[in-house]
Amino acid sequence: MRALWIVLIASALAACATTQTPDTQPPAGVEDRAPGATRPAPGTQSVPSTPVTGVDLSAGRPASDAGNPLRDPASILSQRSVYYDFDKYDIGDEFKPVIEAHAKYLREHGVVKMLIQGNTDERGSREYNIALGQRRAEGVKRMLLLLGAREEQVEAVSLGEEKPKETGHDEEAWARNRRSDMLYPGEY
Amino acid sequence: MRNLLAAILFACAAWPAQAQLSIEITGAGGQRIAIAVAPLAGEGALLDGANASISAIVRADLERSGLFRGLEVPRLVPQLTEASSVNYAEWRSRLADTLVLGSVAARPDGRFEVRFRLYDVVRQVALGGVAYTLTREQVRATAHRIADYVYEKLTGEKGVFSTRIAYVVKRGERFELQVADADGANEQAMLVSAEPIISPAWSPDGRRLAYVSFQNKKPIVYVQDIEVPKQQIVANFKGSNSAPAWSPDGRRLALVLTRDGNSQIYLINPDGSNLQRLTRSSGIDTEPFFSPDGQWLFFTSDRGGSPQIYRMPAAGGDAQRVTFEGSYNVSPRVSPDGKNLAFIMRDGSRFQAALLDLNTRQVQVLTDSDLDESPSFAPNGRQILLATIIAGRGVLTSVSADGRVKQRLTVSAADVREPAWGPLNK
Repeated sequence: MRALWIVLIASALAACATTQTPDTQPPAGVEDRAPGATRPAPGTQSVPSTPVTGVDLSAGRPASDAGNPLRDPASILSQRSVYYDFDKYDIGDEFKPVIEAHAKYLREHGVVKMLIQGNTDERGSREYNIALGQRRAEGVKRMLLLLGAREEQVEAVSLGEEKPKETGHDEEAWARNRRSDMLYPGEY
Repeated sequence: MRNLLAAILFACAAWPAQAQLSIEITGAGGQRIAIAVAPLAGEGALLDGANASISAIVRADLERSGLFRGLEVPRLVPQLTEASSVNYAEWRSRLADTLVLGSVAARPDGRFEVRFRLYDVVRQVALGGVAYTLTREQVRATAHRIADYVYEKLTGEKGVFSTRIAYVVKRGERFELQVADADGANEQAMLVSAEPIISPAWSPDGRRLAYVSFQNKKPIVYVQDIEVPKQQIVANFKGSNSAPAWSPDGRRLALVLTRDGNSQIYLINPDGSNLQRLTRSSGIDTEPFFSPDGQWLFFTSDRGGSPQIYRMPAAGGDAQRVTFEGSYNVSPRVSPDGKNLAFIMRDGSRFQAALLDLNTRQVQVLTDSDLDESPSFAPNGRQILLATIIAGRGVLTSVSADGRVKQRLTVSAADVREPAWGPLNK
């Protein structure tokens, strides 16, 4: 009984801390600060630079992840993010293969649902950023629907600048926060 | 067991509650009025532990406005009161332009009576005085009313020392919607959440706050009575619900919904009834703000390709563009007299608060910071409160409409943001 209480207290205290999605972090090294070239390089943000073996998968993940293409770093489906320029919501060509892959996955798994979260960097108006994040998420959703996903499968929401993945106040952090994330159940 | 868990969650929600807004003056007006606020005779009877005396609070209020310089007044024996005859030459030799004298007396009913009189030392005339009855708990409120009286007599404008401000504190991963007196005292948490809270907006009567909370994992608009910690949902439609703004009569809220596609402006009653769509654009329309006469709705829209400020009749109709300089002008707030518009403009990599004279169309940049947001006028129009980042930390700054008087408002070990200045006490 006492042990149970301790567990409860510990979990309650843990609940005080925010549960950040254990999302894959883009590696450092997005250096180009020229305007218009401030997106992290596509394809690099979720593929670790070192080759990945099956050991990595079993280390921190439930065994059921094995063979799950959504979690397999070697699969394009493990890539979830679209990055944008400041105050823009158009989707760069480099992100289209990722969206196409997810559209195909949704087509082939008709019961699977997806949440798209649109994010912005911290600059400017919080309310405008809510609207901008919504446009970014809606843009990804529209493309998924055009590619055959069904309306009921995909929901687009905005987090604006309110849930920054990177908390810095520089262009590198901002570039990583101007982002839409495609998330599956259990990931948000 | 469930109660225990709830208690622990509550305890961690209420954990570090000691922090308070502290205010530092970082810029003052050019010509300040020298004022001597003499200790009120007998005011020591109202001192309760660490409480400041009435005269000290009055002086601090007036100094914080940036328009006054408080003079040190030595303890006078015998103490002067509002009934004393004033030796103008002596006060002039102390370099006082103006003088406040007064007294505190205990009443038979356990309450107190404060009397004061304000003098113009240069012209050697009494400008007026007031008597207030108060309890021990009303010391600060009474001092603010005296400061309001002095301020109005000497500047011709309403004082805002008795008003309240709302703001959001981000402490670690916790968000707190706070309400405090304009001097930062009496901080009171309206809502504590693990999810973001933004866009607090005062009802015109100062009794309710509308705001946006992400507590249910998406932006939803709530209204809450200041005195009653109970949330009421105003808008929880599909998609985002945000950017509430009260109509001047308090009967309607303008807000932004994405239920029909892009962010568009709607009107709704504060109880969530009578929804009406106002804008129909193919782009983003957000941040509605009523003109004080209720005739116009200012808002931000990217319909022209970049975010700019527009206005439209509050009853609906065609929008006119208001801002033209620059590629990013957002967060319109009309001054209480309706003549100016505070907003945030992007200039290169800087986001700065600016003031647009709606008549002459002249734009004046108010700050030299880089990441300003969320301007909010004081109800007398003289100061604009805004959020900015200084040394990586979220702070509030207040700047006078002429850009000279500046204050910085901070909370220790936390970020503070999303300021909203409440209305004048009626």
